[in-house]
Amino acid sequence: MKKNWWKILAVILLVYTITMGFIGEVPAMFILRETIRNLYFHVTMWFAMQTLIIISLVFGVRYLMIQGKVDRGLDADGTLKLKATKFDIISKEAVNVSLVFGAVGLLTGAVWAKSTWGTYWAVEDPKLNGAALGFLMYLIYNVLRSSIKDEDKKARIAAVFNMFAFMMFMVFVNVVPRMQDSLHPGNGGNPGFSAYDLDSNLRAVFYPAVLGWILLSIWILQIRIRLQKIIRIKEYNEYLD
Amino acid sequence: MNTWIKLFFSLMTVFFSTLSFAQDKAKPEMADGLKANGMIYVVVIVLLIVFAGIIIYLISIDRKLNRIEKELKK
Repeated sequence: MKKNWWKILAVILLVYTITMGFIGEVPAMFILRETIRNLYFHVTMWFAMQTLIIISLVFGVRYLMIQGKVDRGLDADGTLKLKATKFDIISKEAVNVSLVFGAVGLLTGAVWAKSTWGTYWAVEDPKLNGAALGFLMYLIYNVLRSSIKDEDKKARIAAVFNMFAFMMFMVFVNVVPRMQDSLHPGNGGNPGFSAYDLDSNLRAVFYPAVLGWILLSIWILQIRIRLQKIIRIKEYNEYLD
Repeated sequence: MNTWIKLFFSLMTVFFSTLSFAQDKAKPEMADGLKANGMIYVVVIVLLIVFAGIIIYLISIDRKLNRIEKELKK
């Protein structure tokens, strides 16, 4: 129970988000009207997604660093190799969970866009296309992984591709849309979230919502990592038998 | 364990559906209780139940993993 306090926090924050997200006060705005409440559910998906790909990147890089030590023969008792495998699992599973949140983010965005921008997919919006491209980069990450049989090679190439995909995602989603006209707030000529941030009602739900969804995504990530570890141990035991 | 969870949710579904039928014959609609504010509270409760279901499911997976991890340690 002591180690799981953050899971309880996630549940509390999300119950608060769902309740206050619907009955809390929101500023009256044209076009958006009540759909501004999607801020707590659509935007937070992308916060969770980007947190997960940052985790994936960090552990991918750490994998390469440890693997480099193993290659230089610094791994006397095999603990470093074990650590490297662990980092590779974390990196891979973080991408898998981030894809789920990314898919939900794309779908919820499409629904929201239909009611406010008039179309499910605003083709001229660089943020949408960037998000789709970034999402595809991480789909390719999985295809790349499954195409290499050798575990060692798979982890190495995946970790390097991970850095590439992360860079592409950040450029397409967080940089390019700011240099062009975009329908998304905070991009092009539109006011940023700073316009909404002025409203303390929105802030009071949005920040807890971001934290809650991020914690929930990390919970799911933890479950997937533990599952992978169990699978590896089982395979190892069968190999010994 | 799983069958119990399934049974629980199916019972809950039946319970809530009968509840909504009972409310149809009530007095004229007034904006009180759950019907206040365009009945948005009903949506909130539905979403909370959905969320509770997902969280209970997550917790049961978490516990199952705990058990398997303990068995593997032996």
